[in-house]
Amino acid sequence: MARYVVATVGEIAPGSRKLVTVKGREIGLFNIKGEYFALANKCPHEGASLCRGTLVGLAQSDGPGDYRLTRQGELLKCPWHGWEFDVRTGQSWCDPDNTYVRQYAVSVEDGGELLKGPYVAETFQVSVEENYIIVDM
Amino acid sequence: MNIAVREETLEKQATRLAIVDCDIHPSMRSSAELFPFLSARWREHMQTYSAHIRQALSETLAYPRMTPDVARRDAWPPNGAPPGADLDFMREQHLDLNGVETGILVPLRTGAGSQRNLEYGAALASAMNDWQAAAWLDKEPRLRGSIIVTPEYPEAAIREIERVSSDKRFVQVLIPPRTDEPLGRRRYWPVYEAAVRVGLPIGMHVGGVSGHPATGGSGAPSYYIEEHHSLVPAMQAVVTSLVLEGVFEQFPTLKFALVEGSFAWSPALGWRLDKHWKRLKSEVPHLKRAPSEYIREHFWYTTQPIEEPDNPQDLFDLMGWIGWDKLMFSTDYPHWDFDDPRYVFKAKLDEKRRSMIFRDNAKALYGLR
Repeated sequence: MARYVVATVGEIAPGSRKLVTVKGREIGLFNIKGEYFALANKCPHEGASLCRGTLVGLAQSDGPGDYRLTRQGELLKCPWHGWEFDVRTGQSWCDPDNTYVRQYAVSVEDGGELLKGPYVAETFQVSVEENYIIVDM
Repeated sequence: MNIAVREETLEKQATRLAIVDCDIHPSMRSSAELFPFLSARWREHMQTYSAHIRQALSETLAYPRMTPDVARRDAWPPNGAPPGADLDFMREQHLDLNGVETGILVPLRTGAGSQRNLEYGAALASAMNDWQAAAWLDKEPRLRGSIIVTPEYPEAAIREIERVSSDKRFVQVLIPPRTDEPLGRRRYWPVYEAAVRVGLPIGMHVGGVSGHPATGGSGAPSYYIEEHHSLVPAMQAVVTSLVLEGVFEQFPTLKFALVEGSFAWSPALGWRLDKHWKRLKSEVPHLKRAPSEYIREHFWYTTQPIEEPDNPQDLFDLMGWIGWDKLMFSTDYPHWDFDDPRYVFKAKLDEKRRSMIFRDNAKALYGLR
């Protein structure tokens, strides 16, 4: 497994995202309340660009007449058929056991640490001063 | 190891499919796009009175949709046009990307067939047909048109069928399944007669405004999911009417393409009607054959939005009961419940059936080369 520098910290504000291509695969990076998550940009249902969908909350109900909206901005809604995925786990809300979107491990490291490793800069200039978002795949 | 990535725009997926898409919805920036195709009298009418149909809000749909303009969220062209209104974007996002060899336009704007003012409806139908030719067919050879007509005004519908059908790029006569009366009633037969005369099938895309609750007799639906599904029993009611009124005894070569009305119900409807017919056929002696035989012979079905049973094989069993020669792939682009040709079937179809559904059946029905 290799580690890919995909963004600088600060580049993706809380509630926003960035689409990148790593090893030919499209990945959406999300900042959810300060935590970073990476999901494959392909809906497991019919293949839409999932990471272009809107971030929504979770509408829950214990029965008719009882409604609440929780976890605002933590569910990603597919731009086509509206399937909703938990950005934290990649799982579909309606069929979590069988339907999930590929998730990648994300970490944040400082430039000083990255410069020690065997690392090939293509378009990213890694500098000691900044922190970077890393995806493992 | 650490590797930095090259930032790239999202690549467009290549596709090796060459398909016929039987349901593409072209749209327009505003109804002013129809002005060049309307006489001064109807332009003025449109600007002064606009539409009047059998529901309270005439310029919208009966129930709020889950997405703006009923569209895929990613189908809004970057230039600000509404989904389906920009040909270049449609080419890029759909025709090229999904390998659409032939796309059949099903324009829904203006609801010409549901207008209470019959002459206005007829003027809208003509304008929509001329607009289809000028704005779409003249510019994109992969597209084919649907002749929009007014079933409540058969004389105008016949004139329109005769006027437009000489343009061979139009491949069907389009009517809505929700009309003043069930479509098997004789008031509508002149329209079928005209379609048979020019050799075109009738395309019936879900919709239309009958003035009755969408559920058909059991009151108004509460939810979009309920209203959305009501399109399917409405289609079954139309098929039942067409069969039992004897339309296919009168017009043995008449063909119907049911667009977006589902298909899984068709075998069960046939079984049920056959059961009743065995006991009650003396009431409908004009039927010479079992109802399921008319259904099997005269109806084609587009696939979208496709049923998704837990066991994908169940769907294939159903398709076999209907007839593999009667199912035609459709996407419904740019609408939200779009089916993607790469992922629509959850299990593998053999090459022959794949070719029939994605291309050959539509080519045969519509006479596409």
